[in-house]
Amino acid sequence: MSEPIIRFDKVVKRFGALTVLDRLDFTVQPGEKVSIIGPSGSGKSTVLRILMTLEPIQEGTIWVDGHPLWHEERDGRLVPASEAHLREMRKLLGMVFQQFNLFPHMTVLRNITEAPIAVLGMSKQEARERAMELLELVGLADQADKFPHQLSGGQQQRVGIARALAMRPKIMLFDEPTSALDPELVGEVLTVIGKLAHEHDLTMLLVTHEMRFAREVSDRVCFFDQGRMVEEGPPDQLFTEPREARTREFLKAVLAPQE
Amino acid sequence: MNWTEYLPPLLEGAWVTVQLTVYSMVLGALLSFAAGIGKLSPNWAIKGLSVVYIEIFRGTSLLVQLFWLYFALPLVGDLIGINLRLPPVIAGVLALGLNIGAYGAEVVRGSLQAVPVAQLETARALNFTRRQTLWRVALPQALPEMMPPFSNLAVQNLKDTALVSLISLGDLAFRAEQIRNFTQDSVTVYTIILFMYFGMALVLASFVRGLEFWVSRWRARA
Ligand SMILES: Nc1ncnc2c1ncn2[C@@H]1O[C@H](COP(=O)(O)OP(=O)(O)OP(=O)(O)O)[C@@H](O)[C@H]1O
Ligand SMILES: [Mg+2]
Repeated sequence: MSEPIIRFDKVVKRFGALTVLDRLDFTVQPGEKVSIIGPSGSGKSTVLRILMTLEPIQEGTIWVDGHPLWHEERDGRLVPASEAHLREMRKLLGMVFQQFNLFPHMTVLRNITEAPIAVLGMSKQEARERAMELLELVGLADQADKFPHQLSGGQQQRVGIARALAMRPKIMLFDEPTSALDPELVGEVLTVIGKLAHEHDLTMLLVTHEMRFAREVSDRVCFFDQGRMVEEGPPDQLFTEPREARTREFLKAVLAPQE
Repeated sequence: MNWTEYLPPLLEGAWVTVQLTVYSMVLGALLSFAAGIGKLSPNWAIKGLSVVYIEIFRGTSLLVQLFWLYFALPLVGDLIGINLRLPPVIAGVLALGLNIGAYGAEVVRGSLQAVPVAQLETARALNFTRRQTLWRVALPQALPEMMPPFSNLAVQNLKDTALVSLISLGDLAFRAEQIRNFTQDSVTVYTIILFMYFGMALVLASFVRGLEFWVSRWRARA
């Protein structure tokens, strides 16, 4: 096995007295597509938010692409990361949010070009060309000049995906990207994510309640419950013959109404 | 004296009032953004300075501020050997601008804090710096929220200019007082300036409305 691109080493995350992640160990290989499933409040979003550096951790270490994420190495010791280090690490990661979070005051095109120009120092011309390619990829090339409020939820989320990709991350984090969508719009977003999953370079972490989709696109599925990873395995194994009783219960509960 | 003869001096006064209003509004707007943004700064010195400014100028009356700048400041200057004698116009604009800026700063701060946290987190995920997040993400979304309270403050500011007649600045209120003293024709004089102030307030409010329309142009309209 190659060096993992993400490694959680006994990570503890607390909100006040509440321990949300309890000495979590978790690794992801480069290019791997991993789905995270589990009941509400089990810490799935927290894992992604910690990786995106939106939430700090209290104990343990996280390694991303060989570097500590929330720490810096100084004199052979790990000290809390500076903002400069976090900025450097953030370049590796892109995130797609449940509520899309497009910038409402910018057109679709500017939503995608703003960060490459301001943060990466890309020329306007290049950022624009790159954005149009990405809009093509997500099937929205004709919507470039619209404002977010003029788009459907599904279209907004596809712009959200293009915006994250424009920063050329190695790792894409999807936090329930279809949960805020009307059922008839879920498909178009999953199609785009599925397309990305076939790019073997991109590492993908997907928190989702779409079990069928998780099964289709992931190399591995992780079941979280109460801040711990209860079980992980290839989708065919985990969905058909889960080892843990809790996984079975959860799957039974979420799959029952659909079958 | 016919009432039409009141108009030239009153219009002269109105022009002074317009100038006072415009200059103090520009100063006030600059101070509003500086102190409103400053109050949210992680730098304690900037934050402290902003808070002190806002509290002092909201906590004392405009009249006291005006008198202090015009009558007390020169004496303080004498004590430390600097000439701080301000021309009435400067003292008036300073007092009005500093006062309205303190109230405006709270509007700016409030509107900035009302920008959804998710927007700021997204900016962070895209690796914007704090400054870029402020200018590119937070402020553009906060501006439309600021406009209605700004409109009130601007009209308030216009009305407050009447106070500067007390340091013998020839604004509209000052001219009216002069004519009234001379003619004893209170009804006519005050009626005329009532409409003049009202007209100026209308113009000011519609200017801010226009500004609001412009800064909200990205929003969905019903
Ligand atoms: N900012 C916060 N402050 C306090 N508690 C929080 C905060 N964010 C999350 N939590 C708590 O942490 C726990 C894990 O939250 P998290 O959002 O990671 O769950 P989740 O698995 O994503 O759930 P869901 O499926 O509902 O999105 C929950 O108990 C939640 O209430
Ligand atoms: Mg969640």
